[in-house]
This record gives sequence, structure tokens and C-alpha cells, in this order.
Amino acid sequence: MPGETLALVGESGSGKTITCRSVLRILPASAQIRSGSINFDCSGKVLDLRNLNERSMRSIRGNQISMIFQEPMRSLSPLHRLGDQVSEVLRLHRDMRPSEAKKTVLDTFERVGFPEPARVWRAYPFEMSGGMRQRAMIAMAMVAKPDLLIADEPTTALDVTTQAQVLGLIKDLQKETGMAVILVTHDLGVVANMAESVVVMNKGRVMERGPAPAVLGDPAHGYTKKLFAAAPIIPEVAAPARAEKHDDLILDLRNVSKTYTMRAGGWSKPMTVTACHEVNLELQRGKTLAVVGESGSGKTTCARIALGAEMPDPGGEVVFTPTKDAPPVKINAMSFTERVSFQRQAQMVFQDPYSSLSPRMRVQDALTEPMEIHNLGSRSDRREKAAEMLRWVGLDPSMLGRYPHAFSGGQRQRLSIARALTLDPVLLVCDEPTSALDVSVQEQILCLLEDIRDRVGLSYLFISHDLAVVARIADEVAVMRQGVVVEQAPPDTLFYNPRHPYTKALIAAQPEPDVSRPIDLGLVAKGAGKPSSWPDAFRFEGVAAPALTELEPGHKVRCHV
Amino acid sequence: MTQLPDGRYVDDAPYSDTTDLSALERSDMDAPNWVLVWRKFKRHKLGLISGIFLLLSYLMLPVAGFIAPYTPNERSADYLYAPPQSVHLWHEGEFIGPFVYPTTATADLVNYRWTYETDTTRPMPLQFFCDGDQYKLFGLIRSDTHLFCAPEGATIFLWGSDRLGRDVFSRILYGAQLSLTVGLIGITVSFALGIFFGSIAGYFGGKTDWVINRVIEILRSLPELPLWLALSAAVPSNWSPVAVFFIISIILGILDWPGLARAVRSKFLSLREEEYVRAAEMMGAKPGRVIRRHLLPNFMSHLIASATLSIPAMILGETALSFLGLGLRAPAVSWGVMLNDAQNLASIEIYPWTAIPMLPIIFVVLAFNFLGDGLRASLDPYKS
Repeated sequence: MPGETLALVGESGSGKTITCRSVLRILPASAQIRSGSINFDCSGKVLDLRNLNERSMRSIRGNQISMIFQEPMRSLSPLHRLGDQVSEVLRLHRDMRPSEAKKTVLDTFERVGFPEPARVWRAYPFEMSGGMRQRAMIAMAMVAKPDLLIADEPTTALDVTTQAQVLGLIKDLQKETGMAVILVTHDLGVVANMAESVVVMNKGRVMERGPAPAVLGDPAHGYTKKLFAAAPIIPEVAAPARAEKHDDLILDLRNVSKTYTMRAGGWSKPMTVTACHEVNLELQRGKTLAVVGESGSGKTTCARIALGAEMPDPGGEVVFTPTKDAPPVKINAMSFTERVSFQRQAQMVFQDPYSSLSPRMRVQDALTEPMEIHNLGSRSDRREKAAEMLRWVGLDPSMLGRYPHAFSGGQRQRLSIARALTLDPVLLVCDEPTSALDVSVQEQILCLLEDIRDRVGLSYLFISHDLAVVARIADEVAVMRQGVVVEQAPPDTLFYNPRHPYTKALIAAQPEPDVSRPIDLGLVAKGAGKPSSWPDAFRFEGVAAPALTELEPGHKVRCHV
Repeated sequence: MTQLPDGRYVDDAPYSDTTDLSALERSDMDAPNWVLVWRKFKRHKLGLISGIFLLLSYLMLPVAGFIAPYTPNERSADYLYAPPQSVHLWHEGEFIGPFVYPTTATADLVNYRWTYETDTTRPMPLQFFCDGDQYKLFGLIRSDTHLFCAPEGATIFLWGSDRLGRDVFSRILYGAQLSLTVGLIGITVSFALGIFFGSIAGYFGGKTDWVINRVIEILRSLPELPLWLALSAAVPSNWSPVAVFFIISIILGILDWPGLARAVRSKFLSLREEEYVRAAEMMGAKPGRVIRRHLLPNFMSHLIASATLSIPAMILGETALSFLGLGLRAPAVSWGVMLNDAQNLASIEIYPWTAIPMLPIIFVVLAFNFLGDGLRASLDPYKS
């Protein structure tokens, strides 16, 4: 319907992207449309898009139907300025003089929310952040005032707060111009916020289709119910949790800072980038500490420093105590033997399951490699251990002889976890282990991680950008923003009473699969902006951030007292 | 699809949520890398044909003496610059089997050339599995059985003979033995040096990388042809042809390693960021192990494709050196040495068959190029 938003929901491999691309006939060369029809109502005339000739199709693309893609970095040409790329649409479809086109484009830039349109006109895509690039893509799609906008997972690669802002922008533009939107997403929360009608797809078939309140309020098909059950949400808490004890620490980051100096070419002074600044994190033995932050918050740097892969700046210390009675080891200043034993006791689970296993090694070789490196056990012992680890992660030991590329992302992540467990570590650092996975698989992996933690008594340092994901697995959450911890508390306390405006923004920006509770963009805008725009208690200019103070037992916030 | 009262459509196919966790998602990917590469390569027709051609050529090398009717240095004073002879099957309407007509040479003293007359009345059938001159099968076993040879009183110069009456066809087959293997030895040397320097430059980065890069750039900026000529001219002339051959191959390999090292280095720089490499490092693997078990296997197919594209350069290099008289010399026979005899205009204009050795060079170089192209296109089976 014109003016309405249709959401196509499905996991990877469900066929939603192919469906969208077939509307515009930009399918890969090996794809063929075998049957069915695609009808487009172009100002009264109904066109059959399947059988239209290529010339008419070209005049429709970008003009009446436009599309925005998932990865703005790959969709914008790095060799051309943004102004030139966006005005290309006008040059193709309208007969405008260059000066007139420039004016239209600048107006569109202002409409999509760029504070300095003239600067963006001259900028290249790699100079912009992810959210700004996506805005530029939206500008490029909107400048010819299309009747239909197809958005193929436009916010999947963005941070939560940026996602909220981009979705709000699409909604505003839709109200203003009355265009229809097809929104492809895997996130039911996004659907609830944006769509009037929903189509749920699975393996290329439509499972359920109907108006959004009906489908989301009372799902009829089993697959929709499964998607719902798996969607992570920030829970409604009745009461704050008790403070966590910090008497038996397995990992203690004290005053850790990390700055990188980048050599700017020529005569300019070298630039310093602060990845993290005076971070203090304490991980209690047997518990899970989650570090949540958006991109650029320094959480991955903290994880790498915790594992000794990077050295903190002088003054910072990382202390690791393997067992209760063992002497503490300083990770930033380890001797060779200490390092060897540390590598057995602490392991990492990586983010991308597709590249964390070498494609040339069989599963058995990949799983026995840690034992081979440390010279543990005989060949058959190692094989036995690998088979046992596979059983622990819920896989069949017959997989040992196979190659990792035959498996799906979720299975490969299980293999990664099995590999990390073969050395019987005591500390596991999970670097966004579920970000690259589908929603239903995400839930299974989280269950598995919890299961293993309870069984073996591991301690986890869990890095994530999603508060909802850590809500169930974490015993304590630390929220980081641009290298500093802004709030730290057990998850229940955090969700019951978030104090810091940034935490409030993160919680508000999380889309909920409930039609009656849309994202509060005002709250998101307040917290996601610059620190100088925060309320007085939290405001600071430059790098003079206030200290982390304990407002309640177990609840630390960075504010002025 | 059934329609519910509130306007929804629901798919009515039975839906079950049970998924076998251990089931393979893509069973076609459950194979070692070479199987996946082969599957993709098979569809590249030109590469496949070139590959088969080269395989047959290399298989022919050990038994070249058996296939050739003459040995390479077998001269015949009566048949200098004999033109190519054709093998006939029918004589005056009657099927006799493969035979040749005898030819006699006469000296044309007006034009200073040899002319040949064919006697078409006497068909002389070819002999198969006959005894001829001695040669070494597989380089070790002495034998004198040839696949086919000339009948008594006639000659079988399929592609003519050169200025000393030696059979061009046989010499081309024997020449293949040297021309095709010079590429392999050179590649081995080039590989060994290139992989070693490229991998330590790519893996360690920093100062090692800088030093090796400068060495590569200096070596590449040296002019290639004069360097080849100088090095091969420095080879003592009293060495046996085999020793000269080895030295030439090694020289070609030493001058070729910078290109390969650069390719290895750039591939390493990108592979180093892969997460399985970081995982191995975090587990405590030493750099040697990481390079050997994780980086090199993932890079091998690229190396093989690069190699198949470097071999033609070496073959052409050896040809050029021998053509100029600075590489292999008589009595060794390679295609370049044969072309050495075809250096003057007279021999090309009057006796064009002496330039036939160009053809196998062209075919082999083209075949390697197509093969390398096909391999490169099928190299990455993990990205669909």
C-alpha cells in the first residue's frame, strides 16, 4: 500500500534479499525468475516488472523504486565524493543543471540530518562514520523522491543508538513524502517499530503474512513463535539485585589505559588515539562480567589486554589468579613460563565463526591443535579429548573427520567453543560470540555458554554491543563509551534503575518486539550525543571526565557528586 | 496458505522445529581443498585442455627417445636441409599402410641450395618397434627400440632436417626434455627463496619487512637480460652440458624470486588478520608453526597459480639465452639451441622448417598461461 511499511522478516538464507533484488531485477547472473509476477503501480499504470524491457527498468531504478543496502561502505564508491555520487541520481533521471542539482542535493542532506551539508558534499565515504554513511545512502535513495523504498537490512551493521536514529529518519521521511517502504530485517523489534504489515519467511517460503499487530501480538505459525521466543529483550525487573562480592578475583584490570600513536604523514605531529582510559574491571571467580559498548568504545582492546595480546600503557596492571591459592600473575609483565601456563588457562572465543577455523584443517586437527602446541597427551588421548569436547558442545563426534566449511555459522561457533575448552581453561574471554549469528542460533549458543560455565565453573569476560544479549548471561555489566566505563552494576540493578544518560539511551534504543512500545527517540538522542549535552551531573568537556562513584552498593556511575 | 479471520495468511505445510545439530549444512564443501579447487577448475575448459596437454607433454619426456625415430645428434651427410616428408597410406589407389617415398638430394649450384626429388614409384613402408640408434630410456635404461623408424634406403624426416642432416622432429622431442624441465628446476629454487623471504617479511612486519622489501626492490630494478647474459657468460665453457643446464636453471630461479616473495608477502599480510591465525597465536603457537600449518596451506593454491605463470618466463628465458649462444650449447639440444641454427635469414627463407621449434615454445607457453589462468579462477572455493 502507498505510505505503508512492509517488513520482510527472516533469518539468513530465507530468501528475503533475493526477493527484494528481484523487484529491481538486480539478481546475480545465475539466478532466474521462474514463475510468479511482480506488479508495480506507477502513477496509476500497473507495470509488470518481470517482463519490462531493460530500458524502462533502468528508468524506474532510482527514480520510482530505490534501494538502500546493508553495508554502506561497500555500496558507496570510495573514489568519488558523496556530493557527486548523490547528484548522479539526478543527472540520470532529471534534466537539471549542475547548480540546480547541487541545491537539491544539499537540501536532501539537510533533510536527512547532516549538520553541515556543504562539508558532506565535499567528503569521501571513508571519512564518514557508519551511521553517517547510511544517511548518505538514504539521501541518495531519496533525492529523486521515489514511490517505493526498499531497505535491505539498513541498520544491521550499525550501533543500536545509530540504528534508532536511522529508523526514525526513515519513518519521518515516509510520513513526509508518503512513499511506501519494504524493510528487510531479521530483528522483530525493528519490525514492531516500523511496520504496518509483516511477512515472515523461512527457507524461501512465506510462513506467515498479515498486519503487524496481529502477527506480532499473537503469532500463529510455529516459526514465528520460535523467532519470538529467541529474540533477546531487556527484561522488566521488579527489584535491583544485591551487590556482587569481589573477594576472590580471577582477573583484575587496574588503571588500564591504551593509547595508539598514529604517524600522520609528513610534518604533522603524530596523532594519539585513546582506545581506553583508566579502566578498572574486576572479575569474580565463577562469574560473568559483561563489557557492553558500541563500536569505538574500547571493549575489544580491553579484552585483548586482558589476554596479554597487547600491552597496556605504563601504570596499568592486569592481575590474573588462576586458582584460589595460586600466586597472582601480572599479565602485562609475564615471563616465558608464566606466559605458556597462562595460555593454557585463558582462552578466547572469537566473533566471526566463518574465519575462526582454518578451512584447510579438518575438525579433528583444529580441535587437537591446542594440545599439540602444548605437547599434551598422546595422539589417541588428544582424539579422545576432542571427541569429548564435541559432545559437550552438543555435536556428534562423527564430525571429527569433516571440514569446517561444511557447517553453518552456529555449528562453527560451537566448534570454536569446543576448541577453546580443550585445554581446560579457567577463564574464557568471549569477544562478541553471537553478533554474526542468526537470532535463534544466538539463543542456543548463549544457552550452551551458560551450561558450560555452570558445569565446569568457568569465569567469563563477555564482550558485546547488545545489552539484551548480556541480560541473561551476565552477573555484572560494565557499560563503556569511548574508552571509559560509564556505568557498572549487576544487570538487574542496571535495568531497574539506569542512571547515566548513555545507559538510558542504550536501553531505550533497544527495539522491542511489542507494537505498543516504540523506541523513544528523544531519550536516545539525549544520551547518544556529546557529553556536553548531558544533564549537569554527568556533563564534562574534553577529557575531564568525572570519576566513577559508587551511588549504591554494587552500582557505580561516572558522575559529579 | 490458510487465511485466518483477522486477515492473516499462514503457511499450512507442516513445520517441525527439530534440527539435527550435527547435520552438514553444505555437504559439497566437506572435502579437502584440492577437491574443491578441482571441481571448479574442471569447468574452465581452456585451462583443462591446457592442463591435459602439458601433462601429456611431461609424461612423454622420459620416453622421448622411444618415440623419436632418430637420436638428436645422428647426422646424415646425404640429407642436409631435407624438407619435411609426408607419410602416405595409399599408393596408386592401393592401401599399403604407412609408408614414405625415398628422396634424393642434389646440389643446386646456381642458387646455393639443396633441392630434393621424391621418387614416387617406390613406396617404402615404415617399420614399427624397430631397432635404431641407442638412447637411454628414463635416462637410465639403455635401449635401441624405437616406435617407428625409417626403412632401409629412405628417411623419415617428419619435420625436415637441419644443416647437419639431423632430424628436426627427433630433436624437438629431445629438446623438450631440457626446455620443459628448466622451468621446473628454476621454479623450485625461486619458490624456496621466495616463500622463505616473503613469509618472514609478511609475518613479522616491521624492520624485517622493511629490509626485505628494499632487497626485493633493488633486485627487481636490475636489468634482467644483461644480468642473465653476464651470469651465463660467466659459466666456464669446459663444463658438461648437464652442469651448464643446471646452472642456467638455478640462475633463472635466483633472479625470479623477488616477484614471488612480493606475492607471498602481500598474501601473508592479509592472511595474518584472519581469526584462525590470531586464535593459533593466542593458544601459544610459535611463528614457525603458524606459518607452516595455518598460513602456507591457505596460500598454496595461489603459489601454484603464480608458479604456472612463472614457468613460461623461465622457458622463454632459457630459449633466449640459448638462442644467443650463451645458454645451452651443442651437443645438448633444447629448443633454444635449435633456434640458434635458424638465426640467419637464408635458413628461414629457404628452409623454413628450421624455425619449427618456435611452435612448441608458443604452444607450451600459451598452455601454461591458460592453465595458470584457470587455476587462479578456481582458487578460492570458499567464497561463492
